Amino acid sequence: MVTRTGTAWDVAAATPDPELPMVTVGDLGILRSLDEQDGRLVVTITPTYSGCPAMREIAGDVEYRLRAAGFAEVEIRTQLAPAWTSDWITADGRRKLLLAGIAPPAPAPRRAGPVPLTLGRAPAATCPRCGSVRTSRRAAFSATACKALHTCDACLEPFESVKAI
Amino acid sequence: MSMSDDNPYDFLADEHSDDHRWAYGTGFTDPLAGVDTSVPDGVDAYGLASYCVSLGDDALIYSHRLQEWVTRLPELEEETAVANIALDLLGQARMLLGRAGAVLGRSEDQLAFFRSESQFHNVRLVERHDDDFAELVGRLLVFATWRLALFERLTSFSDPVLAAIATKGVAELTYHRDYAAQWVVRLGDGTELSHQRMQAALDAVWAFVDELFRAHPGELVTIARGEVDVVLDTVLATAGLDRPDVPPLALIGGRAGRDGVHTEALGYVLAEMQSVARAHPDATW
Repeated sequence: MVTRTGTAWDVAAATPDPELPMVTVGDLGILRSLDEQDGRLVVTITPTYSGCPAMREIAGDVEYRLRAAGFAEVEIRTQLAPAWTSDWITADGRRKLLLAGIAPPAPAPRRAGPVPLTLGRAPAATCPRCGSVRTSRRAAFSATACKALHTCDACLEPFESVKAI
Repeated sequence: MSMSDDNPYDFLADEHSDDHRWAYGTGFTDPLAGVDTSVPDGVDAYGLASYCVSLGDDALIYSHRLQEWVTRLPELEEETAVANIALDLLGQARMLLGRAGAVLGRSEDQLAFFRSESQFHNVRLVERHDDDFAELVGRLLVFATWRLALFERLTSFSDPVLAAIATKGVAELTYHRDYAAQWVVRLGDGTELSHQRMQAALDAVWAFVDELFRAHPGELVTIARGEVDVVLDTVLATAGLDRPDVPPLALIGGRAGRDGVHTEALGYVLAEMQSVARAHPDATW
């Protein structure tokens, strides 16, 4: 059965991420919930990183798409808890990242007790181009807050990965 | 040339209309829009707001000092790293000042741009200008290690908004601390010259460390200095560096950064950071 909120969810979820346009906010797990309250759509999104400049654009874009799809009353809310984790990126989202040459994130670290210090080499990401695990992380940061920079020692190509957080 | 080639915004967006473009810097909205900012029973609202201002000021001023490095760093990887760290801290500052502002009835911009030096409550560690890259990573190691320990404690704080901001911050600060620690080890355990300069940088930063652990009535959580020292000592031992033995920066009449008493350096940060907002107080993007 096609419901009104189901349709709205599909419209909102299909919004591309401004910085990673090959994936949608649905793929990334940024879209948390969508409810209809007194004829008004209340859409809840969650930030990936505290300073992510894309959040405002995402909120505006989701609202624009819903209005264009005929939903007159739309309210976008921010949800901070539970905090976004890269584990929420869907299987489809991971496949799209890989096809775009970006290594999807490894499972996020789950800890009890203090965060351990990492002084040694970072765990190797799998090269999205040739599939080799002989890769080196060049930087823990890259062109956006959510990615790290690597090079593949097998095919010698540089690539990015989505950080596991 | 088609119309879409003329306009880079249209070219980037996959649907073309005047009110729907992907371009950053078109405006800012409350980072806590739609978040329930009511203060739970049993939490002192003013105390919570004051503490959030302190933690927000630490991040805001330090983010500004890190931003000064952008375009001046030795390699592209360091540019992206330091810019991302500054951006994370700016995001933390916005949420913390937003949280405080929800109680105080002031916007994040009013708090950031329309307070004077004595109304800022950041620790003095974040105020100085870094003289070289070793000072950047030395101070970042101290700051991120201390703030990470503090934020880990805050993840279970009784105000759910502050707890959520801290939980998000923990993931970010973990990256900041690792970045700084790895550079301190690389420089400390590098050449004779890099070792000397890394040691000198730590000596310059260390006078500000004591203040981080000074008991203050406004602190809503406390951490034991030992928690931070164990991490710093591990890094310094791996790097072959000595923990500096320098006297702490003196208090002024028993007061320090948290009390609104600052070093001269803060005035220069504020002058630059606040000048545009103060010249055009009603301007919007």
